Amino acid sequence: MPSGRKLKEIFFETAIRASGVASIFIVGLIFFFLFKEGIMLFQTQKLSGFLFGKNWYPISEPGEFGILPLISGTILVTLGAAVLSVPLGIAAAIYIAEVAPPQSKEILKSGVELLAAIPSVVLGFIGIVTVVPWIKNTFHAPTGLTAFAGAVVLAFMAMPTIVSIAEDALYSVPKTYKEGAYALGATQWQTIWRVVLPAASSGIVAAVMLGIGRVVGETMAVMMVTGNSPSMPRGIFYPVRTLTATIAAEMGETVRGSDHYFSLFAIGIVLFVITFAVNMTADLVVHRKRK
Amino acid sequence: MMKKILAVIAGMTLCAAAFAENVHSLQVKGSDTMVNLSQAWAEEFMRKNPDLFIAVTGGGSGTGLAALISGTCDVANSSRRMKDRERALAEKKGVHPAEFKPALDGIAVVVNPKNPVSRLAMEELAGIFAGKIKNWKDVGGKDAKIVILSREVNSGTHVYFKERVLRRGDPNAREEFSPEALLLPSSQAIADEVTQNDAAIGYYGMGYLSPAQKALSVAGDKNSEYAAPTVQNVVSGRYPISRPLYLYTNGEPRGAVKAFLDFIFSAEGQEVVSKMDFVPVKN
Repeated sequence: MPSGRKLKEIFFETAIRASGVASIFIVGLIFFFLFKEGIMLFQTQKLSGFLFGKNWYPISEPGEFGILPLISGTILVTLGAAVLSVPLGIAAAIYIAEVAPPQSKEILKSGVELLAAIPSVVLGFIGIVTVVPWIKNTFHAPTGLTAFAGAVVLAFMAMPTIVSIAEDALYSVPKTYKEGAYALGATQWQTIWRVVLPAASSGIVAAVMLGIGRVVGETMAVMMVTGNSPSMPRGIFYPVRTLTATIAAEMGETVRGSDHYFSLFAIGIVLFVITFAVNMTADLVVHRKRK
Repeated sequence: MMKKILAVIAGMTLCAAAFAENVHSLQVKGSDTMVNLSQAWAEEFMRKNPDLFIAVTGGGSGTGLAALISGTCDVANSSRRMKDRERALAEKKGVHPAEFKPALDGIAVVVNPKNPVSRLAMEELAGIFAGKIKNWKDVGGKDAKIVILSREVNSGTHVYFKERVLRRGDPNAREEFSPEALLLPSSQAIADEVTQNDAAIGYYGMGYLSPAQKALSVAGDKNSEYAAPTVQNVVSGRYPISRPLYLYTNGEPRGAVKAFLDFIFSAEGQEVVSKMDFVPVKN
């Protein structure tokens, strides 16, 4: 029945196309809604006061909506997590892709995937009972609820993304490159450092960027361990409040249509812009290298 | 195939029937301070009225009031009075909040049991929480930086503490919590941090007190008598940080809501209040 087959073909083609268009359409709608609500804040507040103000007192009369401490908090925690997870993640990926014998390779890979399967609230909980007291005792900080605690917990969340994508990139370096290097008398380490890593660099950058993207957007674990104090961060061993935690902690209280409500949407726009920029950078790097 | 579909339909009908049976279910939402108290009321009430199901959730006073305004709960628990702005918004949405005061609550200021400080005057508390007094030695303790713990802004306790302690009840005052205060998401989180940090100071409703934290005695000013947060001191008014707790319903309560409120104000309901370490309004 050729006509029946053809119909089926058309049906599936349309269905798949509709799904593709729908996902873009939904992203568009989300951004539109975010923007529509967030922009209302600037009827009463100045953009510069919002982005560069140092005081976050949303429920006072009149409220102060300066998110500089929150942006700095997010950046500090993200940088901390990147410093911890990027070298570790790339080293792990190199070991899994290049060095490990086949058997332990499989075990390591599933181990890393398992790490990705731990819900963030569980990681946050483990952070509270292990990382937080450890920081307080080891570094003699007044409290363990600090940016550093957030960075440690988030490093664990970024690791699986970084390891699995970087490992894919390393694995897909053509075998002939390595054979060429060995034929010239290079050692295994020389081959990895001079040939494999540069050849896979775009994939590794993408891995790092996607890992960071995950860290920027993470909420629950961060809210549980960073102490959430909206002051300008003075160091990694001080409490901070991130953009995401602010939205999550305050969304329940806001009266719809108040400045506080709009300011949380405006924070959403800022977050959207940050993660969008991170993902775009990753995309650009990958595409430029492919050409 | 047909059989399967029939089975699914039958299953769905059963579910729907089960839901229909549950029409008599009440949603109670709001203040974290009152969550255990409400749960105790609900359990006691449900034991006597098994056909009525009461679901109690926390989230903060603001959360409960917002839910009442948007019609997603029947009773809102609040540890602060509804703001005029919230009332206006409710009226605009066709909700007419009725207010009840079923209990009183003292807010305990707590420190780690290892902390030598055991009493503070209101002005010292205000100085500490506003970030003007930064070291324990300034109030008679060890030389250690004070770690301030506060609740998140959706907490009625946060709002009340700011108005009562930091601003001393003055509506024109501008004092704020120190930006360095750690904002923790629940009373339990404050209790946990105080338990393991001997430089921390925090506050929560009296009902949360446990031996793992030490409650400070508080005086209105340095020259007056210091009082511990106990039921007697709240009733007599000697303990300076106490407040009424509120329930809000949409309009005058009717049906199941009325039955639940009647129970709360009955002798038994008020006994639950004292059992949960709050202060009853009727003796």
